[in-house]
Amino acid sequence: MSTKAHPHYGDTNGVKEWNLRLFVTDWTPRCVIAYKNLNRICEERLKDRCTIEVIDLLEKPEMARQEQIVAIPTLVKTSPKPEKVIIGDFSNEDRVLKALGFEPARPK
Amino acid sequence: MAKKSNSEAVLPTLEKTPTGIQGLDEITSGGLPKGRTTLIYGSAGSGKTLIGLEFLVRGAIQYNEPGMFMSFEETEGELTTNVGSLGFDLKSLIDSKKLLIDQVSVERSEIEETGEYDLEGLFVRLGCAIDSIKAKRVVLDTIEVLYAGLTNTGIVRAELRRLFRWLKDKGVTTIVTGERGGETTLTRHGLEEYVSDCVIFLDNRINQELSTRRLRIVKYRGSAHSTNEFPFIIDANGISILPVTTVKLDYPASNERIPTGVPRLDTMLDGKGYIKGSAILVSGMVGTGKTSLAASLIEAGCRRGQRCLYLAFEEAPSQIIRNMQSIGINLEPWVKKELLHFDARRVSEQGLEKHLLSMEQAVIKSQPEIVVIDAVTDFTNMGSLIETRHMVLRMIDFFKMREITVLCTSMSTRAELEETGVGLSSAFDTWIHLTNVQSNLERNRTLVVVKSRGMAHSNQVREFVLTDKGVQLVDIYASPAGAFMGSARMAQMAADEADAITRQQRIEGKRRAVEEKRRALEARIEAMRAEFDSETKETELIIDQEEKAKKALKKERNGIEKQRKANGCK
Repeated sequence: MSTKAHPHYGDTNGVKEWNLRLFVTDWTPRCVIAYKNLNRICEERLKDRCTIEVIDLLEKPEMARQEQIVAIPTLVKTSPKPEKVIIGDFSNEDRVLKALGFEPARPK
Repeated sequence: MAKKSNSEAVLPTLEKTPTGIQGLDEITSGGLPKGRTTLIYGSAGSGKTLIGLEFLVRGAIQYNEPGMFMSFEETEGELTTNVGSLGFDLKSLIDSKKLLIDQVSVERSEIEETGEYDLEGLFVRLGCAIDSIKAKRVVLDTIEVLYAGLTNTGIVRAELRRLFRWLKDKGVTTIVTGERGGETTLTRHGLEEYVSDCVIFLDNRINQELSTRRLRIVKYRGSAHSTNEFPFIIDANGISILPVTTVKLDYPASNERIPTGVPRLDTMLDGKGYIKGSAILVSGMVGTGKTSLAASLIEAGCRRGQRCLYLAFEEAPSQIIRNMQSIGINLEPWVKKELLHFDARRVSEQGLEKHLLSMEQAVIKSQPEIVVIDAVTDFTNMGSLIETRHMVLRMIDFFKMREITVLCTSMSTRAELEETGVGLSSAFDTWIHLTNVQSNLERNRTLVVVKSRGMAHSNQVREFVLTDKGVQLVDIYASPAGAFMGSARMAQMAADEADAITRQQRIEGKRRAVEEKRRALEARIEAMRAEFDSETKETELIIDQEEKAKKALKKERNGIEKQRKANGCK
């Protein structure tokens, strides 16, 4: 993957900061893959503009109920609003970007 | 678990968790499989959520087993409100950590799926909740919502399979609810595939334009269970399933008596009347006086100040009042004094279990000591004989638990005793049978006490007469010519009386004749004595005269001699 602008998702509507919370249950292989994928996307698209808080539900199980977590891994975008829930290992980058609020690029 | 036979003593028996739901433990022989998962499925509104909640509430209150309710549809607030009307106080149970409700919201539109995932979050929530209140019971309502919320059904399927295995390992007794499925699967998403220990089906069916809730155990691995469909109701006490087996035989047994309102009937019943809190069956064909006997009981009860309830299924209250007035039983004042309440409805108005419900509500409202059900046989039109039996037994159960004396009239279509009472007579303590006997161009009513538990009752058939002063019982007239009643009784009594008078007259005549004869005889004796007397007197007179004559003659002779100085005369 190149560091060029993403072919399908471009503009971020001038958002300066992303706050993300990643819920995992220990570092299972799937959680590791998800974390790596997410980190890469953030590095490429949201460099220095995003904070990822990782929460291990095995350590704080009561958080699962409070945060309405069902699937693992789950990424909650707390800001910018609206709040959005993204589940899976983030292998589908298009969907991750869409959920993070990237505007679809206009066909040239 | 109690050892029932040798084979059971050797084999390990399936442990069960009692639900506490009225009737369900009876038909499952003890409850749901302990530590396993039970699937309850049915269409929308069939009562799945309620059964799940009641399982937890009863578990927490009656068996001290905390429970966890994972709701995929309703919120905690909605659930609390919904079951508040059933007398379940979820809030206090939650506060005392006996119950935990976790609402899982999975909204497809709010979730972006970006690859592989699992449902470990759900496991964490369940595990955390179970550990925090030490839950022994878990309800998942309705877990199939996950299929709608998540697009990857392959993952959901695999995770559910894992979930049920995990719950089993946890050792919690679980109920999982599901929507009724199509033709090939029981539930919409084939949940029965994972839950194989116990499957219960709830149905809300329209039969003869009336909806009836029914419950059936489709499967219960390793346990005997009833395969029938059982009607159930949802009322102020939660869910009640209506099988006969729920008839508990532990009523309080009273020695108090309730006069019947017919003094001679009291005499027949040990001199005291019905037993308080007992169930009385009054059977008979049409026009035998069943309602009159019922009204007598009520009128007498009201006189003593007892509250009465008349459940009428054949006539309107005004009609009953008018008809009873014609035989001198005046019910109206008691209605005005609010001692007597009528509850009249058509049987076809609602299903059997709804009838039970409205009956219970009427009883709770008017708090009666005496209840009349006129007529219990009307319910046979509503369902099968077996359903009616169940219903009546449950009804009697209900009254007996509250020590309410209940009199049910039962219309028989045939004169034979065995045909009466919907085959229910064993449920009743006292059974009075009324018949119409036709003879000499008239019909006469008779009454007999077929049975009456707990007392030495009369075995005599009595004539049952409706007078303008109420119901009266008259002894049947027995004479050498046979047994008579009605006008035949009167005719025979008159004839017998005439006979007696004639006989009396004949005797008196004879007596007079003898007397006369005696008098005549005495007169003759008197006459003869008089004759004898006069004869005697005459004879005495003659003798006297003769004596005198003799004396006179002697005197005369002496005088002559003197004159003659005859014979040595000096």
